[in-house]
Amino acid sequence: MKAFSRLLAGLLYTPARNSKLRLLRAYLAETPDPDRGYALAALTGTLAFAEAKPAAVREVARRRVDPVLFDLSYDYVGDLAETVALIWPTSGGMRDLRLGEVVDTLTLAARAKVPELLEGWLDRLDAEARWALIKLLTGGLRVGVSERLAKAALAEHGKVELAQVEEIWHGLDPPYRTLFDWLDRKAPPPQIDAGRLFRPLMLAHAIEEHELFALDPRDFRAEWKWDGIRVQIVSGPNGTRLFSRGGEEVGTAFPDLVERMAFPGVVDGELLVRRGEGVAPFNDLQQRLNRKKASARHIVDYPAFVRVYDLLFEGEEDLRHLGFDARRARLETWVGKTGLATGVIDLSPLVPFADWEELGRHRLSAGALNAEGLMLKRADSPYVSGRPKGFWFKWKRAADTIDAVLMYAQRGHGKRSSFYSDYTFGLWTEPGGELVPVGKAYFGFTDAELAELDKWVRNHTVDRFGPVRQVEAGLVLEIAFDSAQRSTRHKSGVALRFPRVARIRWDKPAGEADVLETLVKRIPA
Amino acid sequence: MRPETWVRPTPSGLFVEPGGFYIDPSSPVDRAVVTHGHSDHARGGNRRVLATAETLAIMERRIGADAVGSTQALSYGETVEVNGVRVALAPAGHILGSAQVVLEWRGSRVVVSGDYKRRRDPTCPPFEPIKCDVLVTEATFALPVFCHPDDKEEVARLLRSMAVFPDRTHLVGVYALGKCQRLIRLLREAGYDRPIYLHGALIGLCDLYRERGVDLGELAPATEAPPGMFAGALVLAPPSSLGDRWSRRMADPVLSFASGWMRIKQRAKQRGVELPLVISDHADWNELTRTLDEVGAPEVWVTHGREDALVHHATGRGIRARALSLLGFEEEGS
Ligand SMILES: [Zn+2]
Ligand SMILES: [Zn+2]
Repeated sequence: MKAFSRLLAGLLYTPARNSKLRLLRAYLAETPDPDRGYALAALTGTLAFAEAKPAAVREVARRRVDPVLFDLSYDYVGDLAETVALIWPTSGGMRDLRLGEVVDTLTLAARAKVPELLEGWLDRLDAEARWALIKLLTGGLRVGVSERLAKAALAEHGKVELAQVEEIWHGLDPPYRTLFDWLDRKAPPPQIDAGRLFRPLMLAHAIEEHELFALDPRDFRAEWKWDGIRVQIVSGPNGTRLFSRGGEEVGTAFPDLVERMAFPGVVDGELLVRRGEGVAPFNDLQQRLNRKKASARHIVDYPAFVRVYDLLFEGEEDLRHLGFDARRARLETWVGKTGLATGVIDLSPLVPFADWEELGRHRLSAGALNAEGLMLKRADSPYVSGRPKGFWFKWKRAADTIDAVLMYAQRGHGKRSSFYSDYTFGLWTEPGGELVPVGKAYFGFTDAELAELDKWVRNHTVDRFGPVRQVEAGLVLEIAFDSAQRSTRHKSGVALRFPRVARIRWDKPAGEADVLETLVKRIPA
Repeated sequence: MRPETWVRPTPSGLFVEPGGFYIDPSSPVDRAVVTHGHSDHARGGNRRVLATAETLAIMERRIGADAVGSTQALSYGETVEVNGVRVALAPAGHILGSAQVVLEWRGSRVVVSGDYKRRRDPTCPPFEPIKCDVLVTEATFALPVFCHPDDKEEVARLLRSMAVFPDRTHLVGVYALGKCQRLIRLLREAGYDRPIYLHGALIGLCDLYRERGVDLGELAPATEAPPGMFAGALVLAPPSSLGDRWSRRMADPVLSFASGWMRIKQRAKQRGVELPLVISDHADWNELTRTLDEVGAPEVWVTHGREDALVHHATGRGIRARALSLLGFEEEGS
C-alpha cells in the first residue's frame, strides 16, 4: 500500500501526461504481481468493492475518534478518505499491506466483517497509505489516469506496441497476470476469448483543402462522416457487445440494439438516432447517452440504429489485412444478407466523385444531412488500429463561427499554469443588453497569441474568484464550433461542440459582437 | 480578580484595561504590545510599541521606522510594569523574535500565546510553557487532521525531488518572514550548500535574519540571473508569485509550497502544487492540546483559526473554554 499510495499521490499532483506515464512505468517495474495488476485495475476503474461503502468508512472513523471532532474535520477537509486517513489516531506504518491481500481478503469476507477488517488495516498503515486504502475501497480515485494512459504505460513497460496491448486488453481481467508474464518475456501473448473482445479502432487524420488537392482522387473512396458516436459491434456465441470508440461497453443503454443483433462478427459503424427518413441531430442521441439504462419511452422517442462502414471479422475470419475495397465488398454483401435483417443496421453509402471539386460540392450538403463532413479512405488501406499515416482522412464541413465577448479567464494546467488560457465567452442578450456565457474555449491560438491574451486579461481584470478572473467586456473572440445544440444545463440554452478560438478580433468593438439569437438560429431543428 | 474583568476582546484587538494597552491591535492605538512581526499581528500607526528587539527590527524593515511609532524593547524573561500590570515576554518558537505575552495583575496571570509552535526551529528559541490562570491560544491548525510530520523528512523529500529531476527548477513558495529563513536553515543543516535563489520580496528579511546572527549560507537574487541558470536550481518565492508571470523564466519548474496547509491534498492540488511540503510555523493539533495540558490553565480563550474544535476538546477536559472572535487575522502566514 505504501508504493501504491506514493504512486497515487504522485499522479494526483502531477498534471503532465509524460510525468504521469513515468510514474506509472516506474511503479509497474518495481511492484510484484498481483499488486501492480490490481493497482492498474483500480486506477482505470475496473476494480470495485461493493462491500466498502463511504458510509461504512465514516462510521468506522466516528467510532474511533470523537465524532464532533470528526465532523468538524470532515466539514473542513471535504474529502472522506483524506479526513479519515489524517484523523486516524494511530501513527501506523509498522507493517505494510499488500494490495493483493486487500483484494483477496475482501473477496472472501462477509459484508458484516468489513468494518472490522478496515479498522485493523487502518491501524497498521501510515496516513498516506490509509488514504490510498480508502480511495481504493470506495472507488473514485480521480487522479487523471485514463485507460489509454494505463495501456500506454503497459506498452512502454513491456517495450511492445501500444496496439498489441490494446488488441488484447479488453479480453483480460485483473490482476492481468498473463499480460504481465508476456510483457516480462516469461510467456507468449495471452490467449483471449475473441467473442467478447473489443478491437482497437482505425482512426483518421484531419485534412485541409490544400493537402487534399495534392492527392490522387482515384486512390480514395468517400463516405459521410456521421455526427453520432462511433461504435464497434462484437457479436458471437457469448452474446453481443456494443463498445464505444474507447472500448467502453455502452450496450446497457441500448438494449433495443443489442437484443436484435446476433451474428458472428465484428462491425464498425456509427450509432445514430433516426428521424423520419434521415438522421436526427446529435442532441437526440445525447438524450439516449445521458441515461445508463434506456426507458421504454426513450427507445420509442429516439430510435437508435447503427450505420455500418466496415467489417473487421466475418465469423471467425479476420478481414483486417484486406484492402478497403475488398472489405467494402464483403461488408455490402454482409449488410444485404445479415445486417438489414436486424432492423437496426444499415449501410453507410459511398459518396461517388470524379475529382476533389465534385467532392467539395457534396461536402456543402453535409450539414443538411446532419453529417460532420466527409471521410476519405484509401482504396487499398488495410484496417490498422490507431491513427496510421496516409490511409484515412476526415474532411470536415466548414466550421461555423460566431463573434463572442471574452467574459472570464482561468489559469491553465501544466505548462500553461502561469497563463490565463481557459476562456469563457458570451453573447449579448440583445444589442446593448447583457452578456450571457455560452461556452469555454482553451485552444485555437498560438503561444504568441496566448501571451497577448494573458496580458490583456491581467490588464482588464475587474474581479477575481480563486483561479478565475472576470474581465471587462472589451475583447471579441471569433469562436469556431462544429455545431450548436439546445442545452438545459447552460443558462444560455445553447451548448457548442468543440468551440475554439478561430481569431482574436482586437479590432472589433465588443458592442458589435453577436447576439444570442444568432446562435440559437444555428441549432438544427 | 476574574480575568475577563481586566482583559477583553474589542474591535481593535485584545485590550488590557488597567494597563491601557492592546495586544496585536488591528487598528492604531496609543499603546500596543506586539507578539511578532507578521503583518496581521504587527501593524503600523500605533503611538507606542512594546516588543522584542527582533520584532521591532522586523517591523521597521517591513513598514518603516516612522510607522512603527516610539518603541520599547523587552528581552525574553525581562519584566516591565505598565500602569500596574506586570508584562513579560516569553519565547513562542514561531519566528525570529516571536513572543508570548505574560500579564500579571492583582495575583492573576494571563498568557497570550500569539502564534506559536512546539517543535524545534533553528531560527528562534523554543516555546516555553508557562503556568497561568487563562491561556489565550491561537488555533490556526486546531483540527485533529493536522499533525505536521517531521520537518527533516519534508526537507529530505525536497532534496530527493531535486535529485530525481536534476534539470528542472524547484520553485518553492514560502512566506517571506519566518518560513523562508527556517527552510533555508533546514536545507543547510541537511547539507545543501549550493546557492539558493530568492525572489526580490524575500531578500530584505533574509538580510535581517543574517544581521541577527542566523547563518543562511549563499543566497542570490533570482531576478538577476539569466534564465538558463535556473535549471536544477532551488528558487524561493512568496506563495502569491508561484503561478505568476514571474515563474515563466524557470526551466519547467516543479512547483512546491512549504506550508501546514499542504497536509490537505486537495488544497495542494487546487494551488497546482506538485511537491507539497508540510512545514508549518504553527502548532499542530497535538502541540495545541499538549500545551493546554502543560500550562494547566483552568480557563482557555481560543482565537484565530478553527476555534470550535479546540473549545470542544478543552471543554471535554474540564477546562472552561470559549472562542474569542478577534478581527483581522488571516489564514495566510502559516
Ligand atoms: Zn505569525
Ligand atoms: Zn497569525
